[in-house]
Amino acid sequence: MDLDDQANVNRLAEETGKDEMIVLLGQPDPNSAGLFAETVTRGDPTWAGPLAGVPLGLPVYHILEEEIKETMDPDLYQEHVGLMELSADVDEIVKWVKFYREGGGVG
Amino acid sequence: MAVPAILHTAYVLAHAPDFVRYGSKPTRELAANPSLLQQMTAALRPWDQVVAYPPNQVFIGNLSPDDLAAIPRPWLDHPVAEASPQGPFGQIITQAALYGLMMLCDDFELLTISERLAEQARAAVVGFEGRRDKIVGVDDGRLAALIAGNEGLTLYHDGEVAGFIRTVHELDPSLDAHVLFENLACKATAVQAVSDLLAGGPIDPVDVDYLLNTGEEAVGDRYQRGGGSLSKAVGEVVGCLNATGADIKAFCAAPVHAINMAGAMVASGLHEYVVVLGGGSQAKMGMKFRAHLRNGVPVMEDCLASMAFVVGPDDGSGARLRLDVTGKHPIGAGSSAQAVYQALVVDPLVRAGMGMTDVDRYAVELHNPEITEPGDSGDVPKTNYRTLAAMAVLRGEIERGAMDEFVASRGMPGFSPTQGHIPAGVPYLGHALAAMRSGEIRRAMIVAKGSLFLGRMTQLVDGVSFLIESPNDD
Repeated sequence: MDLDDQANVNRLAEETGKDEMIVLLGQPDPNSAGLFAETVTRGDPTWAGPLAGVPLGLPVYHILEEEIKETMDPDLYQEHVGLMELSADVDEIVKWVKFYREGGGVG
Repeated sequence: MAVPAILHTAYVLAHAPDFVRYGSKPTRELAANPSLLQQMTAALRPWDQVVAYPPNQVFIGNLSPDDLAAIPRPWLDHPVAEASPQGPFGQIITQAALYGLMMLCDDFELLTISERLAEQARAAVVGFEGRRDKIVGVDDGRLAALIAGNEGLTLYHDGEVAGFIRTVHELDPSLDAHVLFENLACKATAVQAVSDLLAGGPIDPVDVDYLLNTGEEAVGDRYQRGGGSLSKAVGEVVGCLNATGADIKAFCAAPVHAINMAGAMVASGLHEYVVVLGGGSQAKMGMKFRAHLRNGVPVMEDCLASMAFVVGPDDGSGARLRLDVTGKHPIGAGSSAQAVYQALVVDPLVRAGMGMTDVDRYAVELHNPEITEPGDSGDVPKTNYRTLAAMAVLRGEIERGAMDEFVASRGMPGFSPTQGHIPAGVPYLGHALAAMRSGEIRRAMIVAKGSLFLGRMTQLVDGVSFLIESPNDD
């Protein structure tokens, strides 16, 4: 995750409070979605950015998760996310984001 | 009105393991943690491995993208037997040759190298008769004194101190040694590509009317950082006496912008022959070295890449450039994947009465996934090809179950070094010309995107595309 983005997430978590925010990802592949999810939960695994060693434990979701999709206008969702939903490996992406969100094993 | 065509292509990889430490990322990380240097250096590949690495063999044309798709990953574990550094439309050169090129490109005595290195460099550089006498070295004592007494950057060869590039103006960050090192490396690699292009191509250096450099280096001084140009500087070294030129800046999308512009210049009659070129990006060397070390793989961003293309009137030998089927991502389009691919791929095809399956091959950003996957970037081409396939499904051109087949037959694995503007679809042009000449394909579309937001002046992305067609298509 970009160092600026890490700094922004860190700042928002301090200013807003961790209970008042969620992180919504849009990464197109399981690997990068997993890395981003790990960064905002356990801390930056590359130890390069402001979240290195900072386990924020933020609730992190992906735009392709069913519970997120349900909250959105279907036409708008189709217009902006439909193509990604069709092309991306949704199951793998959701698996890894959920893994870090729930801090548990991959089922 | 002349019909423009891409007539010839040339590609160069310059293996430069001792340059990796001065990539942007290694420079910052090694300053913070000097002990990493040893680890990084130990993970660099020797020449033979770089030459035999399958994606590099595709870059210079000895293997096709389809050949690469048939080689199991990791490609690192499947070196090409008896691989040659010379290919049908490209070559891999040694670091000694690169130093030699930088010396013969240096018109301001910026760079000094050791006698030992100069000897190797003279032996490695081929041609450049009017300039190769600039490849001379100094003895070790003089080099050591120069390093001790001046501001600049110490340079290495085979791990040993072997050169120095001086800072021109201590109060001008645009003329700092590190910046000049990047710019000179870009110029030198571009010079090799344009020289190869003209040596093996349909026109002589004096036939070139205009040069469009698409490299990302900022050439200039404190009053106009990045305001300068490398095009004419490159043309001068290779003897394009009748040409002038300008640089096109559009991040990774610049080569595709430039080829469209070159096509328009040829079609309008403004110029007959235009060379589009791009030198290597030194700053991007070792960009993902931490991820590579973490994953126990070699530091693979160890080569500078360059390329050059002749655009001129269609003579039946190249690939016709369809200026009526170019795509652009307009400011008002929105930046969702749908909006981008609608603008870049679907709109221009539909305007010309075609569908997505009328294009035999798409070339998107062709980053080698083996380099990007250990970091957080994933397989860039695969993601883009899946998106294109999904677009074809949404348009009703293919069934959902046919997406994998669409990706396999109309896409290709990434084989380009992660050198910014280099992967922008155009590494496929050499293969496209060969495939059109053999009748294997009729049409190919080159699609490039650029991350404009990186400069912090807009949140926008950019993108452009063009379609090429076999001249035997009438």
